[in-house]
Amino acid sequence: MHVIIPIKQVPETSKVKMDPETGTMIREGVESIINPLDLYAIETGIQLAESGGTTTVLSMGPAKAEDALREAVAMGCTNGVLLSHRAFAGSDTWATSYALSKAISRIGPYDLILCGERATDGDTGQVGPGIAAWLDIPVATYVSAILEWRGSSVVVKRLVEDGYETLEIQTPCLLTVVKEIAYPRMPTLRGKQRARKVAIPVWGPDEIGAAPESIGLKGSPTRVVKIESPRVARDGEIRAPKDPADLEKAVDGLVAYLEKLDLLARENAKARKTETDGTA
Amino acid sequence: MNASAAKPSDVRPERNKEFKGVWILGEQRSAAVQPISYELLARGRGLADRLGVPLSAVMLGKTGEAGLQELIARGADQVIVVESPALEHFLPEPYARALEHLIRKHKPEILIAGATTTGRTLMPLVAVKCRAGLTADCTHLEIETDTGNLLQVRPAIGGNIMATIKSPSHRPQMATVRPRSMKAAARDESRCGKVIRESVPAELLASRVRRLSFEPAAADSANIQEAEVVVSGGRGLKQRENFDLIYQLAALLNAGVGASRDAVDRAWISYPHQVGLSGKTVSPKLYLCAGISGSIQHLAGIKTAEHIIAINSNPDAQILKVADYGIVADLFEVLPMLIRKIEERRRKSAVIGKLGD
Repeated sequence: MHVIIPIKQVPETSKVKMDPETGTMIREGVESIINPLDLYAIETGIQLAESGGTTTVLSMGPAKAEDALREAVAMGCTNGVLLSHRAFAGSDTWATSYALSKAISRIGPYDLILCGERATDGDTGQVGPGIAAWLDIPVATYVSAILEWRGSSVVVKRLVEDGYETLEIQTPCLLTVVKEIAYPRMPTLRGKQRARKVAIPVWGPDEIGAAPESIGLKGSPTRVVKIESPRVARDGEIRAPKDPADLEKAVDGLVAYLEKLDLLARENAKARKTETDGTA
Repeated sequence: MNASAAKPSDVRPERNKEFKGVWILGEQRSAAVQPISYELLARGRGLADRLGVPLSAVMLGKTGEAGLQELIARGADQVIVVESPALEHFLPEPYARALEHLIRKHKPEILIAGATTTGRTLMPLVAVKCRAGLTADCTHLEIETDTGNLLQVRPAIGGNIMATIKSPSHRPQMATVRPRSMKAAARDESRCGKVIRESVPAELLASRVRRLSFEPAAADSANIQEAEVVVSGGRGLKQRENFDLIYQLAALLNAGVGASRDAVDRAWISYPHQVGLSGKTVSPKLYLCAGISGSIQHLAGIKTAEHIIAINSNPDAQILKVADYGIVADLFEVLPMLIRKIEERRRKSAVIGKLGD
């Protein structure tokens, strides 16, 4: 079995500090990490390959994205491939999924492609399904469990708004996975040693046979027009009660707030549930 | 044709003249039109009026006649329906091919769908095939005056920035829209529109994915992305049993039940309830939380809530910095008191209601 896992290197958002004055992000000195949601795909891939298989992690990004690939190898992935070239710069999800699909075709036969649900910086979740569309393979998103690997197909659980679907998908296929699917392992010492030595090929548009008009900013249908930083602080009313009477007042204030939002009306209880008319 | 579609417009799109009209992708479950469809109609109506073009709702799968008329009453000038057993439930391939088929035939300039598990799966598949620009999870859409381009505003990097995106030279312009980021369109029984039944060649409806079964969520309190109010609990609840306080308060407010990552990792509550970066992003009218400190990952999931109320014993907790109303106190004192006061108020208004009858 061969599992290909496209991953992304992202800024570590938990370390991002916000400037309280301007509401902007202070990005200096922020470390780059493997997109946290990709770790679930990596773990799932490693588990599937444990009974005789290989995993290839693939990333598109700047040269330093190699670190993310080596970390995935340290966790237990077999190989890494980096897609890095200035011609890829400015790619949106359309152009990114195109380039990754071309790289996957170059990597060779595979049984399964596993992606994180989305990246924590771009937050789109579009690249996984996009790759499936380019490769013309079946896809299932929001996969929370792999129930059975049947070789020519795989049975999975998919988390949707109102429950879980059970789906059978023909292989090769692409799955995007959610946190519930696995608990990511830590890199091992042996893994780290292997990660230092493993050769990570770096490919550009020529190596993958990408059409120049379909990559980078030129190949991207979307354009970012403007970036704004919304203010984070809301300057809310914060009560810090010192005694029971104070506490009661603070809770009364909360009740008054709910009242103001019209959430305490008697008919609220169940009627609102079925209400879809937005005029209220 | 509806009168609103014929209104003159100051917008003069220069390019892609063969693409015309605004489409929304409605959603049905067991033939019932889902509320997200009406939110999309409200958005689509504004865009269509601004451009002076008709608004169409696309429905894939079976939708009853009443449902189709409801879509017209809520703003659609036409409803394009494809009915086939292959489209009963969302399956990526037949849905994507059917939608692509309709796009190639009718050439809409704009197509918006809900940022739901369906929309966020289907739209990228179609965008790739149609070489169209697609923007995910938008919270605001408007038309650029000079060009008629769709301006798509969306949060990124955990809600820390808002980006405005457009697709100047590709059609259709595609976007998914965050549920609850706009009020549903109101009904207007006097509106008229037409229903267009389309058929899609059978070979396009083949699927390599088979839906074997469906297991509904234990409680609808898990559907936090469509809830008007979300009540969440975190590590401050100390143990699983104490989550009852959150459930009680949620029941009183008819709210969805949310949780921090900590609470989910401790198995106090299941993953579908998790709010934040590795869980769900919610945009309720009110987000009320207790015992959640407000890590940057958690805040990323609640940035677009209209109102935030927080109860936390730590005065330095980050959650209090984003709260509209906060109480720095022990949640085990605040929550029972709050529950009691809401129940009292309900009883009182019930009595007053009776007196008035």
